[in-house]
Amino acid sequence: MEHKEKKIAIHVSHLKKSFKQLEVLKDISLDVAEGEVVVIIGPSGSGKSTLLRCLNRLEAASGGEIVIDGTDITDRKCDINKVRERVGMVFQHFNLFNNMNVLRNLMLAPVDLKKQDRETARKKALEMLGRVGLSDKAQAYPHQLSGGQKQRVAIARALCMLPDIMLFDEPTSALDPEMVGEVLEVMKHLAHIGMTMVVVTHEMGFAREVGDRVIFMDGGLILEEGTPEAIFGNPQNPRTRDFLNKVL
Amino acid sequence: MTRIITTYGQLLAVAMGQTLLLALYGLFFACIIGMIVGIMSVVSSRACRFIAAVFVNLIRGVPMIVLAYFIFFGVPYLWNTILGIGGMTLTALQAGSICLALNCGAYMAEIIRAGIESVDVGQMEAARSLGLPWWRSMVRVVLPQAIRTMIPSIINQFIITLKDTSILSVIGFPELVNTAKNVVAATFMSFQTWAIVGAMYLVVILLLQWAAKALERRLKYGA
Repeated sequence: MEHKEKKIAIHVSHLKKSFKQLEVLKDISLDVAEGEVVVIIGPSGSGKSTLLRCLNRLEAASGGEIVIDGTDITDRKCDINKVRERVGMVFQHFNLFNNMNVLRNLMLAPVDLKKQDRETARKKALEMLGRVGLSDKAQAYPHQLSGGQKQRVAIARALCMLPDIMLFDEPTSALDPEMVGEVLEVMKHLAHIGMTMVVVTHEMGFAREVGDRVIFMDGGLILEEGTPEAIFGNPQNPRTRDFLNKVL
Repeated sequence: MTRIITTYGQLLAVAMGQTLLLALYGLFFACIIGMIVGIMSVVSSRACRFIAAVFVNLIRGVPMIVLAYFIFFGVPYLWNTILGIGGMTLTALQAGSICLALNCGAYMAEIIRAGIESVDVGQMEAARSLGLPWWRSMVRVVLPQAIRTMIPSIINQFIITLKDTSILSVIGFPELVNTAKNVVAATFMSFQTWAIVGAMYLVVILLLQWAAKALERRLKYGA
């Protein structure tokens, strides 16, 4: 039983994405197993954020196939909202709902989608806030929080839907340097409790420490993938070497 | 001046009431039209956006006085005589309200569209990423934020519409300007009469602005 095959959480094959004439993703194939932490690195404009946004159909694929937990989301007839309930996303610019306090940010989707009744959702929200270390901020409005606090609230908001998969789109890029650590800590904790995660980031330290697998993208293609040790220790592709030389 | 007020004051006050009634009907339906057309112009359906754009440009491209004549005289004529169906009558209040609602509605639609577009797309994306459908995301997240930025423009449009009721004197609705004309015709005291009428509009509009400021203050969140 020990060598049981891990279930595939995300299956991407021959994904293509174009914006008008511009081909952003050329031919991406990728499998992510349940509980795996995949970190995507690469220069800006390489298509890594677009790939992530295709995984919950914030961008519709132009070609290829994306299967999330057994549901083909490139199928026009699939109920994308049902899939999104199970796929949390954290954005570079937090995107907390400015018209609501923290607690209502966390409770909105669970209550509105009738996943949880009001009282359960409230308890869950407070529990998640505790988990990201912000129990005292339940009544605060987003504009009263620091960047790091906003991002932790955003993570808690996604967790309130009890997702199977979490997508992180450069979660620390908009933060002041001294706030990066607190957000990465929360993400590390998530990784340790077995959350399936796909993380687009420039934090090489995080990729090395937490990633099960690192993917290097450039020009809309996956150029290299492997364990953090392999990618950072002994990159094979010259473009990977070049990129790592610049950022490390 | 005092003679105008003592003799015709009540008449003018009633006329002001008619002006406000007309404005109220017009604005009520304008808000509905504006909301529908405004949202139609931000949905993904091309057909919806096209219809919204045609409506807005059509109304904006026609002077309101022409629209007033068209609705009050033209539409019943089309219905009764050209199409020969007959039996259609429009009171000046009905025609005036429709005219105001269409005219103000088109501008409101533009304000609402701009308000929705001023909300960062990330807000909609975050709501959608949690599994909320487009419409729920709009109602719970985007519109509440959009409305806050729209309020000054909406109040401005309300004021313009309130003043535009004076144009509807041309179809014989007994609002303030129409009534004032009769007072001037009877007394020849045009300076006094128009000064009083001007002051009446001014007071109502200042009151409206004051109420709007109070509303705006109340809508600031978490301050």
